[in-house]
Amino acid sequence: MANTNDISVSKTFIAGLWQENPVLRLLLGMCPTLAVTAAVKPALTMGCSVIFVLICSNIVVSLMRNLLKPHLRILMFTLTIATFVTIADLFLKAYVPNMSETLGPYVPLIIVNCIIICRAEACASQNGLVVSIIDALGMGLGFTATLCVLAGIRELLATGKVFEITVLSPVSQDGWFTPWAAMGMPVGAFVTLGLLLGLVNLITKKQA
Amino acid sequence: MDTVSVLLMGFISIMIVNNLVFSKFLGICPYLGVSGRIDMAFGMGCAVTFVVTLSGTLTWIIDYCILQQFDLEVMRYVCFILVIAGTVQLVEMYVRKFFPAMYDSFGIFLPLITTNCAILGLCLFINLWGVDNLPEAVVLSIGAGLGFTLAICIMAGIRENLALADVPTCLKGAPITLITAGILTLAFMGFAGMIR
Repeated sequence: MANTNDISVSKTFIAGLWQENPVLRLLLGMCPTLAVTAAVKPALTMGCSVIFVLICSNIVVSLMRNLLKPHLRILMFTLTIATFVTIADLFLKAYVPNMSETLGPYVPLIIVNCIIICRAEACASQNGLVVSIIDALGMGLGFTATLCVLAGIRELLATGKVFEITVLSPVSQDGWFTPWAAMGMPVGAFVTLGLLLGLVNLITKKQA
Repeated sequence: MDTVSVLLMGFISIMIVNNLVFSKFLGICPYLGVSGRIDMAFGMGCAVTFVVTLSGTLTWIIDYCILQQFDLEVMRYVCFILVIAGTVQLVEMYVRKFFPAMYDSFGIFLPLITTNCAILGLCLFINLWGVDNLPEAVVLSIGAGLGFTLAICIMAGIRENLALADVPTCLKGAPITLITAGILTLAFMGFAGMIR
């Protein structure tokens, strides 16, 4: 019995990372994905905030799932999420004010991030505590990983740096690399994500 | 005269230069999901414009007259999301009662507007930019809604033609839509620097 449980738990965890990766497969949470991926640091901060909110709201929703009335459930989900987002926002403002400024309104916008409502609805409101937490962890890590990959590509091409460490020496410092300014702008976000999705589709098709 | 020109500038700025979809990445989910056909896109745009106008105005009033007076800024996000959910519910009931045909054609999209980040995003941006009078808040809300309608209609028009194009299989669907959106963004960047 314990064995089958272990398998389903690890399956849930891996599913969030790849088969059901929220951004690349389910196309959820596109807005923050596009908005905060100009550099790796804000992307990582955003990913961590989302993991925190996702785990906390999944725990609460999972605990109160038997008390919920169907027509009020979306409202309850949203209020739960809004509470935890307020906590995360205040925490960021207090401890990493620079990051909080860079991310701006995109931290409160976690409230309407479809990933969190989708997980609350599809997983936490039907499953027990452990599965909900593992699912939140897997989904959150999948989201963070995607964000970091996207941000890494964009930061590298836009400035020649990754995580603010110079990798390709730019022309302005007697190097050879001409930064692609467009990568740091909205265009870069849309096109990079589009190509990344295309690549994932290609890999999936090869595997099948 | 001065107020009028400030309002006009704000309107054009939020509608074209700082378009929520193209420069702030807000409302991408409906932008990708509903932009398949131009009539549906227009319907969605109208619904969003209506809700964003109402909720932008209401949240500004609540924020300015209640939360800031009593130092309750901590409650801001919870209040905003409640106002938006309430407005959407109100619009849904009104449309169902008085325009049943329109209600049927909107279908699932009406309740989904609650989680459209363009709306909460605009409320937060109004707050962030420190708008301090009611007319400006109202004009910015309407402009944002119209800007969203404009973006989603352009996209729908392009996608209707894209259906006939020969796209590589792995790029079909969302990827090619995103790339198209990227090129559209590039076009809209031409407006940047016009104002603010």
